[in-house]
Amino acid sequence: MPYSRRDAVKLSLAALVPGVFVQGSRPQQEDTSITRLYRPDLAGRPRGRITDYENDPFIISVEERLRCTCGCNLDVYTCRTTDFTCGVSPAMHREVVALVEQGLTGEEILEAFIAKHGEAVLMAPKKEGFNLAAYFVPGAAISVVGAALALMLWRRSGKVAEAAAAGGGPVSGMSPQEAAKLEDELSKLEP
Amino acid sequence: MWLALLLALWGSVVGFIAGRNQRPELVESARRATYALAGVLVVASLALIVALVKHDFNVSYVASYTSRNLPLVYTLSAFYGGQAGSMLFWAVVLATFGALAQWLTSRRYDDLLPYVAAVTSLVVLFFVATTLFAANPFVRLPFTPSDGGGLNPQLQNPGMVVHPPLLYLGYISVTIPFAFAVAALLSKRLDTGWLHAIRKWTIVSWLFLSIGITLGMWWAYVELGWGGYWAWDPVENASFLPWLTMTAFLHSVMIQEKRGMLKKWNMILIGLTFFLSIFGTFITRSGIISSVHSFAQSPIGNYFLFFLIFIVVATGVLIAKRMPMLEAESQLESMVSREATFLFNNLLLVGIAFSVLWGTMFPMISEMVRGTQVTVGPPFFNQVNIPIGLALLALTGIGPLIAWRRASPGHLKRQFAAPVTTGLIVAALLLAIGMRDFYAIMALSLAAFVVGTIMQEFIRGVGARNRLHGENYALAFARLVGRNRRRYGGYIVHLGIVMYFVAFTGQAFTTSIEASLKPGESVDLRSPWGYTYTFTHLGVSQYEELNRFTTAASVEVARDGERVGIMKSEKRQHVDSFGRASFEPSTEAGIRSDLREDIYIVYAGSVQGTEEAVYRFTLNPLVWWLWFGGAVLVAGGVVTLWPGATSGAERRRSMAGYAASITGKSSAAAAG
Ligand code: HEM
Repeated sequence: MPYSRRDAVKLSLAALVPGVFVQGSRPQQEDTSITRLYRPDLAGRPRGRITDYENDPFIISVEERLRCTCGCNLDVYTCRTTDFTCGVSPAMHREVVALVEQGLTGEEILEAFIAKHGEAVLMAPKKEGFNLAAYFVPGAAISVVGAALALMLWRRSGKVAEAAAAGGGPVSGMSPQEAAKLEDELSKLEP
Repeated sequence: MWLALLLALWGSVVGFIAGRNQRPELVESARRATYALAGVLVVASLALIVALVKHDFNVSYVASYTSRNLPLVYTLSAFYGGQAGSMLFWAVVLATFGALAQWLTSRRYDDLLPYVAAVTSLVVLFFVATTLFAANPFVRLPFTPSDGGGLNPQLQNPGMVVHPPLLYLGYISVTIPFAFAVAALLSKRLDTGWLHAIRKWTIVSWLFLSIGITLGMWWAYVELGWGGYWAWDPVENASFLPWLTMTAFLHSVMIQEKRGMLKKWNMILIGLTFFLSIFGTFITRSGIISSVHSFAQSPIGNYFLFFLIFIVVATGVLIAKRMPMLEAESQLESMVSREATFLFNNLLLVGIAFSVLWGTMFPMISEMVRGTQVTVGPPFFNQVNIPIGLALLALTGIGPLIAWRRASPGHLKRQFAAPVTTGLIVAALLLAIGMRDFYAIMALSLAAFVVGTIMQEFIRGVGARNRLHGENYALAFARLVGRNRRRYGGYIVHLGIVMYFVAFTGQAFTTSIEASLKPGESVDLRSPWGYTYTFTHLGVSQYEELNRFTTAASVEVARDGERVGIMKSEKRQHVDSFGRASFEPSTEAGIRSDLREDIYIVYAGSVQGTEEAVYRFTLNPLVWWLWFGGAVLVAGGVVTLWPGATSGAERRRSMAGYAASITGKSSAAAAG
């Protein structure tokens, strides 16, 4: 072994020192606490400060129902807090804020957006007219098929129980083997 | 590739003929053709890999998806990262699976195998033809660029290296069970034999799909930065659909194996699953679904459209012709039986699949009917699918508690008392601590109910062994699972599913705040668990690494005043080997997980190029349960797959015995 453990510790300590040194020698601006970045152009789009509007639950709830029109498939809130290369969602956010400042209600704001961009600007279709089909067809299909299945099973189990009763055997007191045998016999009787 | 085309053609033609007349030399030829096909495609794939690794930018595909400074793993992942490469990937993997199916399947199924070779070769033929004529990764450019365009930075993530191939493996391996189904139809060997031949393949492909989807969620979560993992977009939905029908198939085959029922339905399900996996591949590769027109616009669209129609027609005709031979061997007897719960299990799974498909297609339907575009986004899918999902969760608990054939009231009471009590206690506790979200309470108490049922099964099983064989509890547990791998493996899988549901519930309680902070400034955020987190901005540093320029913002995090640690989130500007910026800058979220919640930090950018940083802080409860649930699910899948104690022969014997006691008719089938 070329190194002892102590050497290794020393080496790693030495490696830490320049790091510390570099950190300490960062250029500081005189009177302000905020340093400029070394390459601001490579740090994404420049941003403005966050105001209360950005965290306002009402505004967020409206924005979550609006779709960003940049083609990203996200709602305005999610897009503006996720895709920082998108210029559309911040603009839509400013529109929402402006409408809120005018005192519009949530529904009125949504209507204003629909008037401008069409119905597709809503994240989920309004529950009216043909759109109801979107909401109710799956549930209805499952219910109908489910009910049909249940009915069929009900009838069948009625038949089997009847058959069992006709045979005079107490259904619940049988072991599975006995029941199977019984059913076997019965099925032979049936044409 | 041309050689592969010919071999695939040979394999499918000879396979069909050999299947019909069973001439040994043709059977052997069809088998050999699958081996040769796999070999040729492996060589073709190696050629592409060599081109990628050697940065042969004269090859258009290499130039489009890689660059000189791209790390090696990502260069390799570019093999399936682009459309043309992924077609080749499909072809080579399917050919390999096809060859494996020929090699590994017991000779007992020799009359099925030529048809299986025919079907797999036919599907490979489709992919080879698409590769050759519409999306060839070997096309050369008239000149050689000095560097390639590089890979989309969002794909430069470990999750993206493994997620697509696993999902593809899932899609692809579905072909094998489907091929056996078609073989059974063609050869008229419609007993349960083919089901035994494919059981391993079914579980394996289901596992691949599950892992692929879960890794996709993980990738979305760590890489896309919005703090969620499922957005119900068409590509995600396309991967979810075959998973749903496959899960339905997994259960409904059990009815056919045990009771000889649902034969037609099983054929339809596996056909549907295969169809959906090809459809899923197409959607993934083109991202198209919003409009019918775009189908034809993508170069591979026409090929897929043709093939999808072909699958529907061919499978449909075949099933229709064999209808009379697919009659049930016994009948359902009771509403309260294992069979009935399986029927409802299938109803719900296929119902969810239908509702997802319906939602995904609705914009198109609306456009056709009303001429108006609408958006069908996550709020819609959640609203429609959460209730069905909860019903499915409830059924996952109910099903295994109910006996086959018919359950008696006494039996029901004994089975349900403890789990239902567990569920009710959890519901009461949640209400007591002030939870008011209806779906969340339902989900968590149903989850508790299902866990209760599973625990009860394990405890009773272990207890019985302990009494009967005098084994200690640990040994009894090991033997119990070892002797009934399928059953207890299934329960472990269900446990994993419960954990997914727990994780989904957490989504209802996500909280977020945005803040612009100067170094040293901090902001507070209250978590749904009642903690107060304090995030203190430390500073922003910039440096070059690998193939990118990184801007990293660091935050010190404290929970209720106690220091948790330092987290960082990055902006990455990728550059090519000449230092020129490529792509838009991407964002890496900082994530710290524990059982309760994830701290999720996104550095949104800097205020006018200074160290004052804009952040989004998010607390995501219970996300960890998703990844851990995935691990449990896979473990359960492996348990059911593990060869050994319950060998195929033994299982068949026990099942043959069972069937014999019921009808006498199906015993011949199961033994045959
Ligand atoms: C999303 C939901 C579900 C998933 C992913 C799932 C998955 C699985 C898997 C992978 C197995 C093992 C199968 C095998 O080894 O062949 C299994 C077994 C089983 N599943 Fe499910 N399942 C789900 C829901 C349900 C539901 C709703 C029921 C209710 C009827 C159910 C009842 C069963 C039963 C009874 C078994 C054990 C069969 C035996 O005793 O061998 N499952 N499940």
